[in-house]
Amino acid sequence: MHGSGIPIWFFIGVLLIFYGVMIFGYGVYEWSTAIYPLGVQLTNLHTPVWWGVLLSLLGLLYVIKFRPGRARK
Amino acid sequence: MCMFGFLPATFASGIPASLPALLALRAEPLAHLRSLDIVVIALYFAMVLWIGFYLKGRSNTGEDFFMAGREMTAWIAGLSFVSANLGSLELMGWAGSAYQYGILAVNWYWIGAIPAMLFLGLMMMPFYYVCKTHSVPGYLDLRYGGEARSVAAVAFAMEMILMSGVNMFAMAVVMKVVLGWDLNFSIIVSSLAVAAYVGLGGLRSAIFNEVMQFVLIWGGALLVPILGLVQAGGWTGLKAKILTNLGSDSYFHIWRDTGSFAANPMGVHWTGIVFGLGFVISFGYWTTDFLVVQRVLAAHNLRAARMAPIIASFFKMAVPFIVILPGLLGLVLLQNPDGSRRVLVGEDVVAACSSGAGGVQDPSGCSAAMAKTTLPADYQQKVLSGAPNAELHTYNQALPLMMVRYMGPGLLGLGITALIAGFMSGMAGNVSAFSTVWTYDIYRPLIHKTGSDSHYVLVGRLSILIGVAISIGAAYLVQQFHGIMDYVQALFSIFVAPLLAVILFGMFWKRATRMAGFLGLFLGIVFSAGLFIWVKFNPAALATVALSPDAKPMAENVFRALWAFLFASIVLILVTLVTKPRPLAELDGLVYGATILPKEEPVPFYKNEWAWATVVFVIFVALNIIFW
Repeated sequence: MHGSGIPIWFFIGVLLIFYGVMIFGYGVYEWSTAIYPLGVQLTNLHTPVWWGVLLSLLGLLYVIKFRPGRARK
Repeated sequence: MCMFGFLPATFASGIPASLPALLALRAEPLAHLRSLDIVVIALYFAMVLWIGFYLKGRSNTGEDFFMAGREMTAWIAGLSFVSANLGSLELMGWAGSAYQYGILAVNWYWIGAIPAMLFLGLMMMPFYYVCKTHSVPGYLDLRYGGEARSVAAVAFAMEMILMSGVNMFAMAVVMKVVLGWDLNFSIIVSSLAVAAYVGLGGLRSAIFNEVMQFVLIWGGALLVPILGLVQAGGWTGLKAKILTNLGSDSYFHIWRDTGSFAANPMGVHWTGIVFGLGFVISFGYWTTDFLVVQRVLAAHNLRAARMAPIIASFFKMAVPFIVILPGLLGLVLLQNPDGSRRVLVGEDVVAACSSGAGGVQDPSGCSAAMAKTTLPADYQQKVLSGAPNAELHTYNQALPLMMVRYMGPGLLGLGITALIAGFMSGMAGNVSAFSTVWTYDIYRPLIHKTGSDSHYVLVGRLSILIGVAISIGAAYLVQQFHGIMDYVQALFSIFVAPLLAVILFGMFWKRATRMAGFLGLFLGIVFSAGLFIWVKFNPAALATVALSPDAKPMAENVFRALWAFLFASIVLILVTLVTKPRPLAELDGLVYGATILPKEEPVPFYKNEWAWATVVFVIFVALNIIFW
């Protein structure tokens, strides 16, 4: 959005990083201990790991691009 | 909000009678959240509230509070526009509908949205935007006068606030069934959060949160079709499995089997889809429902206002990937605990088989209900004998069941957050639109004309609190008197078709007069309500309204809308011809042919709304051909 406020994309970026790191962390724990939640399918794909990485990278992109104080073109 | 006319039959007509009955079931919740999931959900609530507090200082004037300062970019307005419509009941309802009817359900996302969104951006936004109205009833006031505005404002306000309550109750039931959450907890927590962030930050806060919720919905729901396709062996594998299991390829065609009512499971004819859904209901919702139009009115200039619906249409076309596809995948991938294919059923079957302490309460009723399904005979016996793990699940649970299938701790929290976010974005849309309509179209013109700007902002904030309180009241009322849901959900479908007629004629016919606008709208609503009541009390009338004895409730929605549109149009034309038109000079900024639009700076083709609209239209046509 325009104006002097923090862009919404920055908030989204922060939230995605939090989510990404948490889910990635759980995925690594799951992978390293080989203890998988009962009934969940395709655990061999280690979805939390790559989905966590994806969310974190997307969040990082938003945070950097829309960080407060960054000059707008 | 939920568009009644857009909802699948399961929600449009299934919720009212049978969803509350699900509360009586003994079934275990579908999912159990772990600590990590709770943290994910709590973080979302914290962020939503923080945004509300952060934006409070920027919502002090009426323009800021009600119109978000008219400073939204095309992207933000566009995502908010599509997000306000992407409620969680729609997500689950359409996934369930795809499970029942196959890819035919996608019509409600493509022909039922895309042409209307493009028309709004290219043809209608200039008039909405140039006249600087605060609302759709506000446009009617400028074009036709106070009578039409008052009818529309009262209908909008009632519809929004009651729908918000109905959705709140339906969502609380879903949370009860999926997670085992207490109804009161879901209703109070979600409504207080919405009241806080919209009351503090106004429309800007609602729009910000809707954009965030849109991202979360995709982040939470996208994994289901990806992993489902991996497990099903891709699109080809999915088609092969459905052919093997169900013996029909009609699940993959959106037009081929619509030549007659009886040839497709939805019981609709292509004329109803094209003219009723694709024109009247779709154009009525996307171009006149203030809930969505308000988001685009907040754009920072005319070009952004025109681009916003076009950007939104790209995402709308993509939504079936996270909604329809999971429903189709559920057809072949969902399994019972013993590994056999899980067959989902309608809410009426689940309600008929509700059980007490000693097993199924009404074995004969349950048996009769199950006999109409494709449940295997041995599974029916298990249900009747109350065997452990022999539970019935509804079509509408297809999406949550698929989530539980693939999402472990953390990811499941994200998926549930997506559902909660979808619900809250819909509710926030309702209460922010209610606040604007109440303040500018009811309170200011009819109750207190000379208040200051700050007075109206205060009224707006209070109306949000009152609106949420009425919504909560409506939710509890529905809990007590289930039949009310039918009538509340019908409000939208009754109102939208006459409103579309009045706005289209007002915008594109200079001759349309004040009295014609009022009578067209008022009598159109009366006519539409009459059709609804006729079918309600005489179900056999459906065959007359929908032109076929094979028609099903979905067909009634589209045909009722079509007749109401035609009736309102005829009334408007006839009254116009015998009444005196307004001078042309008074129609500047309101009507095509009487308005000089502001000249826009030339932009490269990749920033031009016509170029992008063409791209959207080509993709839209291609998708319809591919899935013919």
